[in-house]
Amino acid sequence: MLKTFKPGGIHPPENKLSADKKIQVLPLPKSVFIPVAQHIGAPATPVVKRGDEVKVGQVIAKSSSFVSTNIHSSVSGKVKKVDFSEDSSGYPKQGIFIDVEGDEWTEETDRSEELVKEFDIDGPEIIKKIQDAGIVGLGGATFPTHVKLVPPKGMKADVLLINGVECEPYLNSDHRLMLEKPDEILVGTQLLMKALNVDKAIIGIENNKPDAIQLLSEKCKNYNGISVRPLKVKYPQGGEKQLIKAVTGREVPSGGLPIAVGAVVSNVGTAFAVYEAVQKNKPLFERVVTITGKGVGNPSNFKVRIGTATSELVEAAGGLPETTGKIISGGPMMGRAIASLDVPVTKGTSGILIMKEEESKRKEYIACIRCSRCVSVCPMGLEPYLLMTLAQKQIFDRTEKNRVMDCIECGSCSYTCPSNRPLLDYIRYGKGKVGQIIRSRKKE
Amino acid sequence: MNKLLTVSPSPHVHSDDSTRKIMYRVVLALLPALAWSVFVFGIDALRVTVISVLACLAYEFLIQKYILKIKPAINDGSALVTGILLAFNVPSNLPWWIIMIGALAAIGIGKLSFGGLGHNIFNPALVGRVFMLISFPVQMTSWPVNRQSGIDAVTSATPLGIIKEGIANGTPISEISQKLPSTLELFWGGIGGSLGEISAVLLVIGGLYMLYKKVITWHIPVSILATVGIIAGIFWLINPEVYISPLYHILTGGLMLGAIFMATDMVSSPMTPRGQIIYGTGIGVITISIRLFGAYPEGISFAILIMNAFTPLVNTYVKPKRFGGK
Repeated sequence: MLKTFKPGGIHPPENKLSADKKIQVLPLPKSVFIPVAQHIGAPATPVVKRGDEVKVGQVIAKSSSFVSTNIHSSVSGKVKKVDFSEDSSGYPKQGIFIDVEGDEWTEETDRSEELVKEFDIDGPEIIKKIQDAGIVGLGGATFPTHVKLVPPKGMKADVLLINGVECEPYLNSDHRLMLEKPDEILVGTQLLMKALNVDKAIIGIENNKPDAIQLLSEKCKNYNGISVRPLKVKYPQGGEKQLIKAVTGREVPSGGLPIAVGAVVSNVGTAFAVYEAVQKNKPLFERVVTITGKGVGNPSNFKVRIGTATSELVEAAGGLPETTGKIISGGPMMGRAIASLDVPVTKGTSGILIMKEEESKRKEYIACIRCSRCVSVCPMGLEPYLLMTLAQKQIFDRTEKNRVMDCIECGSCSYTCPSNRPLLDYIRYGKGKVGQIIRSRKKE
Repeated sequence: MNKLLTVSPSPHVHSDDSTRKIMYRVVLALLPALAWSVFVFGIDALRVTVISVLACLAYEFLIQKYILKIKPAINDGSALVTGILLAFNVPSNLPWWIIMIGALAAIGIGKLSFGGLGHNIFNPALVGRVFMLISFPVQMTSWPVNRQSGIDAVTSATPLGIIKEGIANGTPISEISQKLPSTLELFWGGIGGSLGEISAVLLVIGGLYMLYKKVITWHIPVSILATVGIIAGIFWLINPEVYISPLYHILTGGLMLGAIFMATDMVSSPMTPRGQIIYGTGIGVITISIRLFGAYPEGISFAILIMNAFTPLVNTYVKPKRFGGK
């Protein structure tokens, strides 16, 4: 029996349309818009101004606190302006517009494809390099990686988990990366192990990717302490807490961090970025993005420079279909619907999903029939039907008591509800309100 | 690009299952038992079912449209299910006007007065059934004879009625059981009784279908049947001359119908597996208590209604196991 997490979970249609499409390099765009807030934490501070010449890999915005990261230019050219424009959140965000001229990289970056396996560098130096390179969790959460690698006082990691689950339907970027850059990922994993001072790493992969499981299991033999754990296909297994449960059986306590049970989780994409940062001196300015959807002419996986407009990706995949009703940055379960194709690819963009008109609209919702499916699919053991009603009626003390803050917003409840009820919408609202209440209580 | 894109919060996909589909699955699960009923009770069984279903749909439509003044939602399938279940709980020779009154109690009092679909505390079909049982006890307890049983009579008592009366007169079980149908007859449905309760095997088949389609889970039916079986078994072991065997209890009367189709009504049963087991055990205890010690020969309807009233309490105190402890 394959391992998986408990409780809850769902199995939506996988629709991995671009699973066998090799990662292609997207042609350089004419201009980019690079937001200074692409991560959880404080936005970076711009250090370039209009008219400045920049190179690929040059720092253009500096980390402003510990929980923040550097932002690097993904192209070479001239800074057009530092201004606000819409990102995937739908709000105008500060960022740097650059007009592309040529493709000139900073000298220290090693641009060869050659694998560099050996390293002679200690943990703190690795963390320093990761911090300088602006690496964040590339699974979508975009939490600064160097912060994770420095556990709070009194806590110690004993295992590193590498997340190769990719449980979101449609997305393939992690899958392709595992197939095409297995050694790089494994070296990156070793670097993370060294930084954390742990001797064990487990790569969790769902068994709908047997090729990746086989390849990495084979390669693992050359790397000490790393093993692959095939997992039963179940959403949201890529959630940090669910992956830890599935692989180690440990349960992260309510309100706690993974480190509380001795685990640190990093995405395979992050491990690859760590490899590039440490072994190749290459900061994080490009990533693999899946462009997909049922109406898309040519679903593909591209290596994309950060700041490239979504429209460029869409063109490369065969243009925007006539039938388009919705465009999502990310997967269909947790991604964000974007309102414009000008939205740039950022560090957290794992895919662009184009949905047809008929898939885009929600059906009207009716009364809850108390079928209890939302309760049985909730991976956090919550009662979504109750949380929705409590939030709707603004009874926030009971919303809090029923653990609304534990919700990971995976959307399994809304997905499953036979009455089409917008459970997660109201739970998010409840979370927001309860969050405010908790913060104001702390201030008192 | 000249058209507007839809922007909405995640998730952006849906399982495509619907409340309506669930209701129609329940209807499908009820069909084998209904077909058998028509076979053994004749066209009368169909007459009762049609009247009950049409009455339930009509009341739902009329009350929603003219009294509550909301958009009628009779196509959600829930009134159809209530109609069939109500018919399943009455004798096939029940006069049409009693059915009409029962249906009004079910839909009007049991369901819409609480706010309609999803808001009723009690199972609407059982509200209708108990309303009729108390108001028209004679008509509700004179069951036509099963054509398959070969008994030459117009109406007969149910096996549980015979036992209750026999024990009240001091007759030992060994003597009573000569007048009773065999366990096997109970199993396939060669007995008299309410329209939908007579064939245990067809009800179980319907239940297995619902289990397979994830309309119900095992917790409620199994905990009811197990509780009735265990308690009946204890009494039977103590004195088999006064108490009939547990298997007989499980197969007879409306227990199967109640355990599989009535107690599992989603709206009026608890949300968590643990809560459902508490609820099912409660129904089992009350059912067997009424059967062994109460005035009525049969107790499942009352037991379910009583436990329906406890459902909100169970939901308040029995929480799912939270991820991350405490």
